[in-house]
Amino acid sequence: MKSDIYHQDKHIDSEIDIIEQTVSSEYKYGFVTNIEADEAPPGLSEDIIRFISSKKNEPEWMLEWRLKAFKQWQKMEEPNWAHIKYPRVNYQDIIYYSAPKQKVKPGSIEEVDPELRKTFDKLGISLEEQKRISGVAVDVVMDSVSIATTFKTQLSELGIIFCSMSEAIQKHPDLVRKYLSSVVPASDNYFAALNSAVFSDGSFCYIPKNTRCPMELSTYFRINAQNSGQFERTLIIAEEGSYVSYLEGCTAPKRDENQLHAAVVELIAMERAEIKYSTVQNWFPGDKDGNGGIYNFVTKRGLCKGDYSKISWAQVETGSAITWKYPSVILKGDYSVGEFYSVAVTNHFQQADTGTKMSHLGKHTKSRIVSKGISAGKSQNSYRGLVHVGKNALNARNFSQCDSMLLGDKCGAHTFPYIEVKNNTAIVEHEATTSKIGEDQLFYCNQRGIDTETAVALIINGFAREVMNKLPMEFAVEAKKLLAVSLEGSVG
Amino acid sequence: MLRIKDLQAGIEGKQILKGINLEIGAGEVHAIMGPNGSGKSTLASVLAGRPEYEVTGGSVTFNGKDLLEFSPEARAGEGLFLAFQYPVEIPGLSTTNFIKTAVNEVRKYRGQQELDAVSFLKVMKEKMKLMEMDQALLTRALNEGFSGGEKKRNEIFQMAMLEPKLAVLDETDSGLDIDAIRIVSDGVNKFRSKDNAVLAITHYQRLLDYIVPDFVHVLYNGRIVKSGSKELALELEERGYDFIKNEIKEEAAA
Ligand SMILES: Nc1ncnc2c1ncn2[C@@H]1O[C@H](COP(=O)(O)OP(=O)(O)OP(=O)(O)O)[C@@H](O)[C@H]1O
Ligand SMILES: [Mg+2]
Repeated sequence: MKSDIYHQDKHIDSEIDIIEQTVSSEYKYGFVTNIEADEAPPGLSEDIIRFISSKKNEPEWMLEWRLKAFKQWQKMEEPNWAHIKYPRVNYQDIIYYSAPKQKVKPGSIEEVDPELRKTFDKLGISLEEQKRISGVAVDVVMDSVSIATTFKTQLSELGIIFCSMSEAIQKHPDLVRKYLSSVVPASDNYFAALNSAVFSDGSFCYIPKNTRCPMELSTYFRINAQNSGQFERTLIIAEEGSYVSYLEGCTAPKRDENQLHAAVVELIAMERAEIKYSTVQNWFPGDKDGNGGIYNFVTKRGLCKGDYSKISWAQVETGSAITWKYPSVILKGDYSVGEFYSVAVTNHFQQADTGTKMSHLGKHTKSRIVSKGISAGKSQNSYRGLVHVGKNALNARNFSQCDSMLLGDKCGAHTFPYIEVKNNTAIVEHEATTSKIGEDQLFYCNQRGIDTETAVALIINGFAREVMNKLPMEFAVEAKKLLAVSLEGSVG
Repeated sequence: MLRIKDLQAGIEGKQILKGINLEIGAGEVHAIMGPNGSGKSTLASVLAGRPEYEVTGGSVTFNGKDLLEFSPEARAGEGLFLAFQYPVEIPGLSTTNFIKTAVNEVRKYRGQQELDAVSFLKVMKEKMKLMEMDQALLTRALNEGFSGGEKKRNEIFQMAMLEPKLAVLDETDSGLDIDAIRIVSDGVNKFRSKDNAVLAITHYQRLLDYIVPDFVHVLYNGRIVKSGSKELALELEERGYDFIKNEIKEEAAA
């Protein structure tokens, strides 16, 4: 009992400290690191793809794979069905490869360029392995390349592979060839095809049979270079009976022009395996007037391949000028479970069109969707979700809860739930609510000595609590901080 | 401590308080009674600074300062506490977290050091015992799904935690069962000291058996029309408000 309340309170304490710290801060990750970069000229062509592939010293099959994707991409049209508006992206203006130039290729963390280390210190990411208390293994991707992966040795003793995608292509080509694009084929959509053609790095995880990964695996993505796009690729394979929890965080400098981020994430869970994937997305959202910001066009999909497998997405999306993202689960194995927990915050001129797809193919499959959208300023926030129950999916169950909160009256919240049921034993439930912060709630807080800005942060965190609770502790703290910052000045 | 002079206030252009005069000294307990709609909650809201209400005349000084100049949160910092007639729910926000934020905001305002998690918990446990507060409520979301009586007890618990100089209790006894009235009253009595004061709004003289007032006032139609000792409450209980209404009519006629 005693320790219980103490633990709870430690959590509370950090929550509150954070709100205080951030009440008056702006986007604080907007700095630029002055480091020379090794870049490709802008534009996209077969030659650029060859350039990327040779820079990375890739085997022939990888280059062919990329070129095939590029051909597919050339035949595709940029999708326009989402509830977002933006000027057409000129794909020939983008730099598709930019690597921070380091004097020596780091063989270990200690050898990382000091300027880069400083960057990550500023971001609060420790590359020092000795900080074991944090218990998180980190892979850091800056612009196009992976900078450092921590805790590698310790993990490899368990047979866990956690490394950059480039390294995986060199060292574990069989696994990569077997699973890459097995969940998200290059032809899946416009951005997935683009990513397949030009992706330059990302993270690769492989958890062997019956192994519980003893720490959170984490990748931190950072865009630094100007006019560059970031196209990373993540692939996680959890073998039979294994477990892994993976975290992803992102930031970018403040710049006036928009930058493109088009990532692909693929998860594969075998029989009784479980993958938890959490994201705190804080790409630069653009300024108050809607200038600049990241276009975040991401394809994330998990395959519950084996029976009794489970894939769970949790995301806190506060950044990006535009977010187009639908982390999905294909429930192929019988009794497999898919979950999606999301908080999406939009302020000023941000636009988010995000949600999930749950495809029930196996028998007795279950899915749960909890989406919390918070809109402020002149932003637009849409939930788009599809629950599909195939004709063989006996006794499939889905529950969806979509709540929106509006701050002010110039923003929009939209919900687009699609349901396709081809088996009549399915039970699909959908609930949706829209609310506003009440004057009476604010006054109640004020009467207790809490100013309006802090009150808004408290109320918002309360609204999002069900999702916040799904995040790993270290991340929850960061996420709460972000909610407070992104909604600054939106009420009162 | 509190001096209200000819206070006039209204909402949406409708005048509700039509000239309130009231003085409350340190260490005193005042009770306000009066028929439904007479303006009791309005008075409490105006004191607390609810933005919807407009003060159209008069003044309020609190410990020598012009209370009406302060924002609602500053009033809390200055030591004014309002136990709401209808406490508000905030879904998902843990009650403990809320109270901790409030306590530290108020401490900051008062130039006291903020409490870290450990000392906060220590204080909270003491007050929980003192107020006979159930810990389970404190781990739940603020007032969400609380019963009427639980909400009221949570208000008094917050009062104990925030250590105000003046506690305005708006019908805190309504909706409480017999045991809860005793517990809540005990809590208020333990809170009382020579340095603070209580303004209790109530419809029932029963509360005043537990929290014995120094003065009882009757608010009617936006004015305090009668003040007296605790016997006035007994008289009201017996005779209803009619006798006061009649008195007023007679005065007006004379
Ligand atoms: N927003 C509003 N618009 C118009 N009239 C209002 C508003 N709020 C309160 N009033 C009116 O002001 C008057 C005083 O209300 P108040 O809540 O202060 O009464 P009360 O004495 O607390 O009553 P009760 O004993 O029922 O709690 C009532 O006639 C009420 O209808
Ligand atoms: Mg009232």
